[in-house]
Amino acid sequence: MTKELLEIDNLKTYFYTWAGVVKAVDGVSLRVKEGETLGLVGESGSGKSVTALSTLRIVPRPGKIVGGSILYRGESLLEKEESEMQKFRGKEVSYVFQDPSTSLNPVFTIASQLVEVIQRHQNVTKQGALEKAIELLKLVEIPDPDVKIWNYPHQLSGGMKQRIAVARALSCQPSLLLADEPTTALDVTIQAQILDLLKNLKQKLGMAMILITHDMGVVAGVADRITVLYAGRVCESASTRTIFQNPLHPYTRALLEAVPSLALKRDKLKVIPGAIPNLIELPSGCRFNPRCEFAKKGVCTMEMPDLEEIEPEHYVACVRAREIEAESPFRGLSQ
Amino acid sequence: MSNDVVLEVKNLVKHFPITSRGVLTKKQVGVVHAVDGVSFSVRRGETFGLVGESGCGKTTTARTILSLDVPTSGEIFFDGQEVSSVFKSKDKAAILKLRRKMQYVFQNPYASLDPRMTVSDIIMEPLLIHGHVSKDKWQDRLYELLRLVGLEEYHAERYPHEFSGGQRQRICIARALAVEPELLIADEPVASLDVSVRAQILNLLQELQQKFKITYLYISHDLSTVRHICHRIAVMYLGKFVEIADTNDLFESPLHPYTQALLSSIPVPDPDAKIGRIMLPGEVPSPINPPAGCRFEPRCIFNKEHKCVHEAPELLDVGNGHFVACGSIPRR
Repeated sequence: MTKELLEIDNLKTYFYTWAGVVKAVDGVSLRVKEGETLGLVGESGSGKSVTALSTLRIVPRPGKIVGGSILYRGESLLEKEESEMQKFRGKEVSYVFQDPSTSLNPVFTIASQLVEVIQRHQNVTKQGALEKAIELLKLVEIPDPDVKIWNYPHQLSGGMKQRIAVARALSCQPSLLLADEPTTALDVTIQAQILDLLKNLKQKLGMAMILITHDMGVVAGVADRITVLYAGRVCESASTRTIFQNPLHPYTRALLEAVPSLALKRDKLKVIPGAIPNLIELPSGCRFNPRCEFAKKGVCTMEMPDLEEIEPEHYVACVRAREIEAESPFRGLSQ
Repeated sequence: MSNDVVLEVKNLVKHFPITSRGVLTKKQVGVVHAVDGVSFSVRRGETFGLVGESGCGKTTTARTILSLDVPTSGEIFFDGQEVSSVFKSKDKAAILKLRRKMQYVFQNPYASLDPRMTVSDIIMEPLLIHGHVSKDKWQDRLYELLRLVGLEEYHAERYPHEFSGGQRQRICIARALAVEPELLIADEPVASLDVSVRAQILNLLQELQQKFKITYLYISHDLSTVRHICHRIAVMYLGKFVEIADTNDLFESPLHPYTQALLSSIPVPDPDAKIGRIMLPGEVPSPINPPAGCRFEPRCIFNKEHKCVHEAPELLDVGNGHFVACGSIPRR
């Protein structure tokens, strides 16, 4: 078995706003092994981005990490000095943001943005860094890299910009890449190109990746394991195949059934009633209980369920998970 | 579904001029070929899907149908009546009459509702403008519309910011329905909503269609929702239609290489799915200088022929109401 690269335990990141405390991440635990791809799935406001930002300690104000631990190769990131974190970010763990048109600086050329990162972490001359940058552009399959490197971001298309953002993130051969909805801003055919690229690069460079997305289709093809978040808590965590074939948390199941599928044509889509709860006034007990079809009064509204290992390597945070397992319609489907 | 055609579009063209900078020296330096000769017809009571990637001209097509953008050329018939000449005329009564029949639900419910109007103001404004309901029945009509889209009566006095994205989209739909339209253009109505809320809106649209026999023109880039809701689909690429077919036909036997690539690049929520993914090389060319021949030719993976470079293919009927615009299809 491979080693754990990243271990997040009971992470709590709150935002102190004038309207109240927003519990964006409220006790998230997850693990990433060396070389593994973890899909972090959830809707908006589920805390997936804040979890990733917390890992690098770049949570914007008024957000604050108020509890939990983050261990990277056994070292606690929350206890590091800021100067150490600066050396760590981009070198060990790097980040690809959702929208490439805002994550690249519009007033600098691609060359200067890549050279900056390379020179910051590696002891090379400017010329050496530039050569490395061109190598990187080749790695992310950008045509004419020696010409394109002198372009400004606005001269490139969305897909090309995202390739540059990936190249920048890879410039110091990180062991872990945090890809935060890297394809949401892109078209489907370009999305397919970028996902393919990420998959190939991961294999080539042997790095681990956390792929954040709201699209179950995207993680199905790329991730080894999936962690599903809802309103700042982990609902379910298991291997990709288990999540799709034997989802036990009612939210995971509802999420899978609510998406119109290309393979299965149904007359009516299954609906999850209501909307995502307000993160300031969360429902008591399980956070999904007001929308859950399995919710039991007096049980689900009373206490917040913890993650429990229902099967080996299959963690579910639901008090009724075992009962649900017995009647799962997903059993045997697509096998 | 009948064969009764509600909307017919013939050779619709919309070019946007590009002008050089400056006030006095301003002159046209080129055009964006947003929509370039699009023809289709929509039958009464069906959902016609318009699919394509960003920048292919789906929204422009829809906007020109309603004359929100004035078409450069082409004809649009609604119920047999030529529409663009009516919109160009100064006859306000005739324009209002047409507008009542065709309504639009915009993509972003955060931007398409006036934040300073209450829900009742928003939904009753069409009643005020069109005057098709007598004033003493406005209140009843308002509550009826709210219930229809799954909102409650007490929501009427609230402001848009008090609602979630899904609820706002319901308000937008209620506003569009206030005038009892025959055609509803839904421009990516679920794109900005969360996955768990999307299904609610899609189901609502289907229920309303069954109840009122409304015709939908449904615009989206998300092929899985399109498959769910549409009866017929047109695939658009760089201002032109490349394929029109019944939904099942299109998904089971796509003929145009672009459609094939598009379908193969949809992520399938099944880790064991074996999909031969067709990777398209390159990216969509600029609509300012589109390729001279077939617009898809520079990225096409078919055996290209000489004429693909020079000759723009026409939409050809290959049987069963399936139309394809590809130079190398009829001979395969």
